[in-house]
Amino acid sequence: MPTIELNGHNYTVDEDGFLENPEIWNERVALDFASTEGVAELTEAHWKVINYLRNYYLQYGIAPMIRKLCKETGFKLNEIYALFPSGPAKGACKLAGLPKPTGCV
Amino acid sequence: MADQTPSPETLTQVEYRPRAKNWLDPHVEFRRGTFCYSALPKSLKALDLPNPREWQPFHRDWKLPPDWKAIILEGMKDRLDRFRSFRLFMDICVRCGACADKCHFYLGSGDPKNMPVVRAELIRSVYRRYFTTAGRLFGEAVGARELTEDVLKEWFYYFYQCTECRRCSVFCPYGIDTAEVTMIGRELLNLVGCNINWVLEPVANCFRTGNHLGVQPHGFKDSIDFAVDELEEITGVRIEAPINKKGAEILFVVPSADYFASPHYYTLLGYLLLFHEIGLDYTFSAFASEGGNFGLFTSHEMIKRLNAKIYAEAKRLGVKWILGGECGHMWRVLHQYMDTMNGPADFLEVPVSPVTGTRFDNTASTRMVHICEFTADLVRHNRLRLDPTRNDKWRVTFHDSCNPARAMGLLEEPRYLIRATCRHFHEMPENTIREQTFCCGSGSGLGTDENLEMRLRGGFPRANAVRYVHERHGVNLLACICAIDKATLPPLLEYWVPGVEVAGIHELVGNALIVKGGRERTTDLRGDPFEREAPAAEEEPVHA
Repeated sequence: MPTIELNGHNYTVDEDGFLENPEIWNERVALDFASTEGVAELTEAHWKVINYLRNYYLQYGIAPMIRKLCKETGFKLNEIYALFPSGPAKGACKLAGLPKPTGCV
Repeated sequence: MADQTPSPETLTQVEYRPRAKNWLDPHVEFRRGTFCYSALPKSLKALDLPNPREWQPFHRDWKLPPDWKAIILEGMKDRLDRFRSFRLFMDICVRCGACADKCHFYLGSGDPKNMPVVRAELIRSVYRRYFTTAGRLFGEAVGARELTEDVLKEWFYYFYQCTECRRCSVFCPYGIDTAEVTMIGRELLNLVGCNINWVLEPVANCFRTGNHLGVQPHGFKDSIDFAVDELEEITGVRIEAPINKKGAEILFVVPSADYFASPHYYTLLGYLLLFHEIGLDYTFSAFASEGGNFGLFTSHEMIKRLNAKIYAEAKRLGVKWILGGECGHMWRVLHQYMDTMNGPADFLEVPVSPVTGTRFDNTASTRMVHICEFTADLVRHNRLRLDPTRNDKWRVTFHDSCNPARAMGLLEEPRYLIRATCRHFHEMPENTIREQTFCCGSGSGLGTDENLEMRLRGGFPRANAVRYVHERHGVNLLACICAIDKATLPPLLEYWVPGVEVAGIHELVGNALIVKGGRERTTDLRGDPFEREAPAAEEEPVHA
């Protein structure tokens, strides 16, 4: 597994740069990984998405439906893309320390 | 989309004149954007597959087992004995070249090894060397090659650069199914632990929770419940969507992306609304919660392992027959492998529509009906009230998904449903649809981000045909019946032909469907307002 150094912290990640161990996530991870997904600064709106994803993941072991993420956070899909340019499944999930969803997605 | 993605202007500069290089030379360059990452060791371990380790295709050392060559050759021998089709396809090709320019990856890359005939020759040359007298005696003079590590790497590169779409086989005068050659090629690679993560992680998840995404039963219920709530907001009707309901008449199996991703999700809403309207006695299963089967992209044994849950759940829940949703490769497995691998399904009945009484004799052996057949039958018998003006905002074209079209011949039913639910339908050119349909370029497990350049190249012929109807008829929606299509065509079209969205057939059905009770609908299933045009005299809304 590759390792990556961000803001002086070392992380073990997969080839796509997702955390190898989602359990080690804390808010610092989101702050450190933001620049890798084209997010300049984490605003309140970003945290709303990240915290929703994180809590859903802890309960269900997976990311929520994209439609549900939009509805529960109150952001339209294009607004999520504005917050996380690489999209909900890649950018937002990576910052929230979730594994990358796989399959026909 | 990745920043390093080349521009459309760059990607359309395809050189079709072969380079001055002997095709027997196996060396390939694993250039970023044109291959998929290796499978993680945890996925191989979860499935008891050989040689779990950390490696990547661009590494010099692939950490193969010491006796890898013997394993591959023994694996070939075994498969030549077991699969008569494989031996036949190794022997009969006359290299006429009819398939050469039929492959979307060849058209998009100009790489001669993406001609189906040459892709098959990569393995055929090894077959000649070790399994034919001429090859053993005369070697390269008769197109026979030694099996070396470079050959194995070349196999990996090109067998994961084939989407198993089978367009080439339509044009082969001998009927050689190159997809089956690719399937065997991938099986052999799996014997020494060379596989890709975008295939094996979904496979491992399927084995654990029943679906690609790893959704557990409580997550499955949460998603379905959310859809039910949202449908109530849109239509004013409260519906039921039973899960694991014993004694239901029908088991309904969908690809897991339908309850996870967009735009798949709107198709799910369409199914749910339709089933409510006709009062269908059905159930989902939280374990048979995936129609897709990435075992098809791994090995025959893996197809069987993952597919077993469908009949097992049908039996456990005591249903009479099975209905399947909008998924592509799932139907190749269900139609061509399921009953012989995991059947006979003699505990089920030959499917009969409870609404129309139609007996689906075409499914007498599998006992599993495609949702488009089922719904087309409802429309044919005037059992649905449909208002196509609700889809007026869409100028629709239909992309035949490779497997429903070529593996089961499902060509008319989706078109029949589009015509019943939309007023503007325009076909793409005839050599790009029906059994000649062009692949999305991302099927068979290749729809992953790191492979984006190759996906855009392979998807170009499809996108180019969409562009034709977009420019000529103003087409702004591509309808399809495959979850991989719904995931990978939106970025493909955004790249090649912006302004065309993607939807499932049952999203269009759900938009047009007039439901008993409820309130006057003002929005489609995406929550956007209907944009009706004044109906022309001969195009009155159909209140059948």
